[in-house]
Amino acid sequence: MLISNLEFLPDQKVIRHIGLVQGSSVRSKHVGRDMMAGLKNIFGGELKGYTELLHDSRIEATERMVEQAKSIGANAVLNVRFSTSSIAAGAAEIFVYGTAVEVADHE
Amino acid sequence: MSNLIVFCILLLLGLVIGKFAEKKHLKSIVKREHQLNALPAIASRYPPTGENVGPHQQLLVTGNVVIASDYFKTFLAGLINIFGGRVTPFESLLDRGRREALLRMKSSANAVNAEYIFNVKYQTATIQQKGNGAIEVLAYGTALIPTQQVKA
Repeated sequence: MLISNLEFLPDQKVIRHIGLVQGSSVRSKHVGRDMMAGLKNIFGGELKGYTELLHDSRIEATERMVEQAKSIGANAVLNVRFSTSSIAAGAAEIFVYGTAVEVADHE
Repeated sequence: MSNLIVFCILLLLGLVIGKFAEKKHLKSIVKREHQLNALPAIASRYPPTGENVGPHQQLLVTGNVVIASDYFKTFLAGLINIFGGRVTPFESLLDRGRREALLRMKSSANAVNAEYIFNVKYQTATIQQKGNGAIEVLAYGTALIPTQQVKA
């Protein structure tokens, strides 16, 4: 499955537009991590726990989007965008969306 | 009274350690920026190579970072908020976050021998933490990886 944030493919032809596909994931860290993050708010710096958390949930959201694209017969997702919103203290929603298309194999 | 003492200690800790950490971070950012200077990341929607673009693969690359403000910065920003004006403590925070996210994206593209990253987009989100500032910056783009083996 090809995932790209381009609206076109430089060397491949899109033969069919199928539609919008999306995937989302809401995750939060356990209380211990939140307390560590609270400490970090005094000294400043990177919150590694949250960086990992958001990275992992982004991968999960992308996987869900890919699954949806596969189920409707696409072989590529173009114009992929990411969006993040925090919905509660220490919990964030990651949303990934794109256009499912069918591309002709080159060569 | 004891509250005031705790507040002053936190403020001092934030000022001293926060400033030290920021300097250290900036130093490492500048160093890594020099290392990855050869790999251009551009916001243009089209690959800049034009006609001489050889056989290549493309890959979506991302880099993210969550970065927190320190106690002193949060307090200073609160003060600035009363009078208005440039909130410089948060400007430097966002600047560090953006550069770090871009660097992480670049290094993941570098790991797969990419030649260019184009269509780069930034996305910033606030991670809510009881009124304290913590931001997440995500940078993503399309990496162009030349494939040599096709040439016969």
